[in-house]
Amino acid sequence: MTDTRPLDAEVLPVGLDGYLVRFALTPEPAAMTAARRFATRIEETAPEGVVEIAAALVSVLVRFEAAADRAALLTLLQGMAREIASGPLEMPDPARRWTIPVSFGDADGPQLAQAARAAGLSEAAAVDEICAADLRVLTIGFAPGQPYIGLMPEHWNLPRMSELNPSVPAGALVVAVRQFVLFGAESATGWQQVGRAAFRTFVPARAEPMPLQGGDAIRFAKASADEIARLGDVPDRMGGAKLEVLR
Amino acid sequence: MTTLTIKRADGILTVQDMGRPGHLAQGLSRGGAMDRRALLEAAALLGARAPLAAIEMAGGGGQFSFDAPTRIALTGAPMSATLDEEALRWNATHLIAPGQVLRISGARAGVYGYLTPAGGIASEPWLESRATHLTIGIGTTLSAGDALPCNDDPAPGRPAYGLAADTRFEGGTIRVIDGPHTALFDVEVLEAFYATAFTRGPRGNRQGVQLAAEPRFTTDHAKGLASDLIGPGDLQMTGDGVPYVLMAECQTVGGYPRIGTVLPADLPIVAQAAPGAILRPRRVTLEEALAATRTEEAELRDLATRCAPLVRDPATIHDLLSYQLVSGVTAGDDLERD
Repeated sequence: MTDTRPLDAEVLPVGLDGYLVRFALTPEPAAMTAARRFATRIEETAPEGVVEIAAALVSVLVRFEAAADRAALLTLLQGMAREIASGPLEMPDPARRWTIPVSFGDADGPQLAQAARAAGLSEAAAVDEICAADLRVLTIGFAPGQPYIGLMPEHWNLPRMSELNPSVPAGALVVAVRQFVLFGAESATGWQQVGRAAFRTFVPARAEPMPLQGGDAIRFAKASADEIARLGDVPDRMGGAKLEVLR
Repeated sequence: MTTLTIKRADGILTVQDMGRPGHLAQGLSRGGAMDRRALLEAAALLGARAPLAAIEMAGGGGQFSFDAPTRIALTGAPMSATLDEEALRWNATHLIAPGQVLRISGARAGVYGYLTPAGGIASEPWLESRATHLTIGIGTTLSAGDALPCNDDPAPGRPAYGLAADTRFEGGTIRVIDGPHTALFDVEVLEAFYATAFTRGPRGNRQGVQLAAEPRFTTDHAKGLASDLIGPGDLQMTGDGVPYVLMAECQTVGGYPRIGTVLPADLPIVAQAAPGAILRPRRVTLEEALAATRTEEAELRDLATRCAPLVRDPATIHDLLSYQLVSGVTAGDDLERD
């Protein structure tokens, strides 16, 4: 890790039925890794009385039933948080991996050239790096099923644009601050659109309306604009995305 | 199956139940009724063991009819209601015969009224809930001509019940506990916040309700804050220091700092505060809040004990002989029995 500052893990009450385990106030990479490690650990531990676990970028919410032993749960969470904050801070092995076809550049990625330049790369090299990156769903939010995916190497720490992209389409793959968002619906954004997928992250009528889960590994696979257009016609709107279960 | 027909929709009418908990990790907020207590009251009045799917009516009511005898409960913001031409009491149950027209008009106080058929609305569930979630396109507002399937009334002969009117429709004190961001605000800002009588602002919907006041409540730590999990009741400060109370359809993550969280028990007061109503936040400790809180199941049991049979003057019942006066009477303890 480039960030070697010790993490300060806090466990704070949220409402009447939750604890927030927070590894930082700001989106620091080490804290993102810790939050993901913590979420994986607590999901596997499944402490008694816990009814919901949800991870944001640098924090994890643990909700419990009213009858749960708050004090015992607090002690457990504090211990686990301290242990994880002390390292090693590597992303946990993923349980599942998605391979998602994406068409890069041109009309499907109007800001690919600009983003590649900012990362110090040619367009081709930028696409190669994106498709080779070991990425994870860091969190899901702002819309059902919509993932924040990261982290790209440090030279992808691109700032958000000062001018908003007034409208990117559903399926737009946008990049900033070493992360991608795969938009579920047409949206305005300050991030740069480098590609487009036919995979839809939220389809209410689908058997799995929101198929992505926090911690899922993501690999983007380069596809042509024609392929993405064709995959967009398949009614399940999975856009050719393939899921492997790894453990 | 009984059909409820919307003959006219004047307000924003949606089907609501207690929502879809448990999907925060996938970016889906719980949603459901804005005034959850109103659904508990309806269940208690109707003798149901659990809250039923109902029609939530915001800003106006409408005209409704059923094709089979069905009791209904009218709860939440008190509205004017008539059956054919007869005025109906709010916070009570009434038997509706096929062909009769139930007319509900604007709220006398509060914002959200609820019409609950005794069998519950039986529209197609999505993720185990029938709640319309407008923000994400699940369900839609109801309009004239819509027909909703309902489960048949399990006990149309059960007598009518009423509950004493509640006081949550005119604003008031809302208890607030500290949250994970409270410490980001200076002590002076916190003191000023809790000394302020807010007006329910003009902006408000199923996602959030604006609290208006002269002072602003900012923190220097707002910039660069990582987005975090948020939920109903959270008091979120927008960039210019104007607080919003997050409500049923709020997003699941947000980047604004939150000064605290309104207790679930007081959230119906926020939901039912019409623009202009005064809301006074009062800071309570987590221990105080826990001591004052009971589960919704316990609240339903308590409400059930407070329901009283509606006493009607037989002289005002124009077709007394058509009423079935004996069968269907219960001891009033249906909820305790298995």
